[in-house]
Amino acid sequence: MAPDKNLLERWQAAEILLFGGSAGSFKILFRIIKELPGAFGKTVILIIHRKKNFFSEIEKLFAENSRMYMREIEDKDILKKNTMYIAPANYHTLIEEGGYFSLDVSEAVWYSKPSIDVTFESAAEVYGDKCVAILLSGANQDGADGMLKIRKSGGLTIAQQPEDAEMPEMPRSAIKNGAAEYVLTQDEIFKLLLL
Amino acid sequence: MDTAQGIISQAQVFELIDIIKKVHGFDFAGYTKASLKRRLIRIMLLNKFEFYDLKHVLINDAAFFQGFLEEITVNVTEMFRDPAFYKAVNTQVVPYLSTYQHAKIWSAGCSTGEEVYSMAILMKEAGLGKKSFIYGTDINTEVLREARKGIYSLRNIKSYAENYQYTGLKGSITDHFTILYDAASVHNELKQNTLFSVHNLISDNVFNEFQMISCRNVFIYFETFLQERILELFYKSLCPLGYLCLGSKETIRSDAFKTKFKVINQKENIYQKVGT
Repeated sequence: MAPDKNLLERWQAAEILLFGGSAGSFKILFRIIKELPGAFGKTVILIIHRKKNFFSEIEKLFAENSRMYMREIEDKDILKKNTMYIAPANYHTLIEEGGYFSLDVSEAVWYSKPSIDVTFESAAEVYGDKCVAILLSGANQDGADGMLKIRKSGGLTIAQQPEDAEMPEMPRSAIKNGAAEYVLTQDEIFKLLLL
Repeated sequence: MDTAQGIISQAQVFELIDIIKKVHGFDFAGYTKASLKRRLIRIMLLNKFEFYDLKHVLINDAAFFQGFLEEITVNVTEMFRDPAFYKAVNTQVVPYLSTYQHAKIWSAGCSTGEEVYSMAILMKEAGLGKKSFIYGTDINTEVLREARKGIYSLRNIKSYAENYQYTGLKGSITDHFTILYDAASVHNELKQNTLFSVHNLISDNVFNEFQMISCRNVFIYFETFLQERILELFYKSLCPLGYLCLGSKETIRSDAFKTKFKVINQKENIYQKVGT
């Protein structure tokens, strides 16, 4: 499905852009953080699976290359426009009514902490139709249930085309459970992001 | 999750908070709502409850509440969680603690005791084993029972061994345990320097004076106003120049407390009490 009028209109109206990524998503995420302009106009939240005890490697690399102001989420940070937030390793990130983050160290979901499902679900509850969720390459099914919730709350949901992803399992799960309203290639996703 | 099970509205969360306070005397009003709601939904799914079932047992089944309390609070913990924190304590706080005849440490929200024993190991390795005492407190009697036993599954100990290596302490984590089949028991010598008891950060008061307080990954479950109330409790519980350790993603935001606590380690959120 290529971008259409409905997609473009809802993209423009959205305030919160969430990315879920796991194995094989690093390259596309790195390109995203390098290309998104400083005054992007939305709040961007990255949920990326990674190992604990590998301190701040991704965070540092991303922050050094990002044109948007970027920060690793700390407890009770307020969601701001034109800021890119990255969910810290070893915590789940939740979004609270009132527009701030809270963290949680409870059990891993799909062996993952941060879990994409957890953040997507709470984003759906608080921001519903103001959300855009994009699910990228990954080797498990984290993110599919959360994305379904965003879709049901009126948010715009996009899965990376599985054939175009290094690890197809994650976007494929979101397509299978009906969570993905649009399925786009990397290039199509970039067209949208840099509109 | 499309059935009535596991679905709960914000208003219903407030209704449950009200019931729990009136019937059981625990006040969850200052807890962050998204996390609390997730825990409630989890309990409902585990028990195959709808909202009204949960409400019913919370009012009528006193025995249910202990288990509920255990599930509603997050008890996921590790030994030497965030190894960089222990490294920082070792280099920045331990030298100060060693100047005392006797150093008292409070681990607030200690759950099943992993942090208390990690701290006990750290003190022992620093040669302060006989000169330090660690108090572990939690609101939950069940987890404290586990903490007192000091027996952990061997599988967990294996995963904590990696954390231990990162802290830079010498030897291996298994040096501090007696291993029997698939269980590992903390050495008695470490247990002798610990005491576990019930304490509710929200409703209970100062109970001793400490040289160091560690309260990590507890504030994340509390709203800012509640965090500030507990900071006041910690401030009053610390000796002059005593240390406060928060979780690595928990910072002191309130201006009032920024002047009462000096930042010792920005990254690991270690603070020192200043003023009187």
